[in-house]
Amino acid sequence: MDRYFDQSIKGVSTGTTILAVKFNGGVIIGSDSRASMGGSYVSSKTINKLIQVHDRIFCCIAGSLADAQAVTKMAKFQLSFHSIQMESPPLVKAAASVMKELCYSNKDELQAGFITAGWDRKKGPQVYTVSLGGMLLSQPFTIGGSGSTYIYGYVDSKYKPDMSREECLQFATNAIALAMGRDNVSGGVVHLVVITEDGAEHVVIPGDKLPKFHDE
Amino acid sequence: MLEESGGPCWLSEEVKTGTTIIGVEFDGGIVLGSDSRVSAGASVVNRVMNKLSLLHDKIYCALSGSAADAQTIAEIVNYQLDVHSVELGEDPLVRSAATLVKNISYKYKEELSAHLIVAGWDRRKGGQVYVTLNGLLSRQPFAVGGSGSSYIYGFVDAEYRKGMSRRETQEFVVNALTLAMSRDGSSGGVAYLVTIDETGTEEKCILGNDLPKFFDQ
Repeated sequence: MDRYFDQSIKGVSTGTTILAVKFNGGVIIGSDSRASMGGSYVSSKTINKLIQVHDRIFCCIAGSLADAQAVTKMAKFQLSFHSIQMESPPLVKAAASVMKELCYSNKDELQAGFITAGWDRKKGPQVYTVSLGGMLLSQPFTIGGSGSTYIYGYVDSKYKPDMSREECLQFATNAIALAMGRDNVSGGVVHLVVITEDGAEHVVIPGDKLPKFHDE
Repeated sequence: MLEESGGPCWLSEEVKTGTTIIGVEFDGGIVLGSDSRVSAGASVVNRVMNKLSLLHDKIYCALSGSAADAQTIAEIVNYQLDVHSVELGEDPLVRSAATLVKNISYKYKEELSAHLIVAGWDRRKGGQVYVTLNGLLSRQPFAVGGSGSSYIYGFVDAEYRKGMSRRETQEFVVNALTLAMSRDGSSGGVAYLVTIDETGTEEKCILGNDLPKFFDQ
């Protein structure tokens, strides 16, 4: 876990759990809500890590908060400019590419990874992941952040292609709740955004409404 | 590599059973499971090692961490348990075996880097699983260990239920091992299972192509 100690030197980091999943007709992007400093101090219990970069495109951030905010701010600006020039909403892939360019060109200074998910007219629902060094990858679902290591087994076993909206909501909530249960730098509430052709809907699941597992 | 410094890397790297081990209690017994990969740095030096070691007739332990340390602890405890059971005149308790492992792990905690999960069946308390990480001793309904265990915490938290049958428990263990082996670079190979209950001990080996399949992009 070398990433951990680097982040504590850089300041506030979102030791975190983030995920994005495609379902039949849309995507769900979700995260926990804890921001920590150095692994022992929670600097925010209710931070929203789901950033809207366009009407139907959201990003979620893992890594250094400052880097993530700087990159998403830049991406938001570039995307709105791009969509004015093209006279149509930007493609999800365009949004992901903008993040990728920023991450790759500044790979020595930045310490943040991103998940971009959304809906566009050309390809429908999509999920992209941009890693720390700037690799761009399209996947049916993806998980990230420090809490994600604990749920690889769970998502590998439970993911099915073409889930319904309800099944997908349950899947995302369970996955994040399990990660929060094992990772001490993930916690708080679960933020979910459901993005479809009709728009984006923000769902917040507070701590007492989270699913309980065998030992609770 | 253009320069050959000191021969191949696996000669100089420590041999670890970077691994996945899991022990689960069910009504009437326990199931212990492990993968079979032993690595030295980036090389796999043994792809079929059985990491489930016998401590006594109905008590087994699962090895993880440094291969040498773990094997040595298991051998020492095997000997101590033999002596103990002769003195006692009957089969030792699982807790006794776990305590012997814990004593070594705690006394030499600075020098050793191995974690053993001890599990078995005895007449007094039935099936039991004990963790001995870093020299603590704790009984748990199920336990996972090794480098691959991080990836399956979510899965075992979600899927474990109290009061599973023998067959369900074996399936749970195999599923957990398979998921961990597919994500952890230091776990792989085949899955070894040991099921211990009142009637006896059953050892099973499940080959790679017989393991369950999950969603693969």
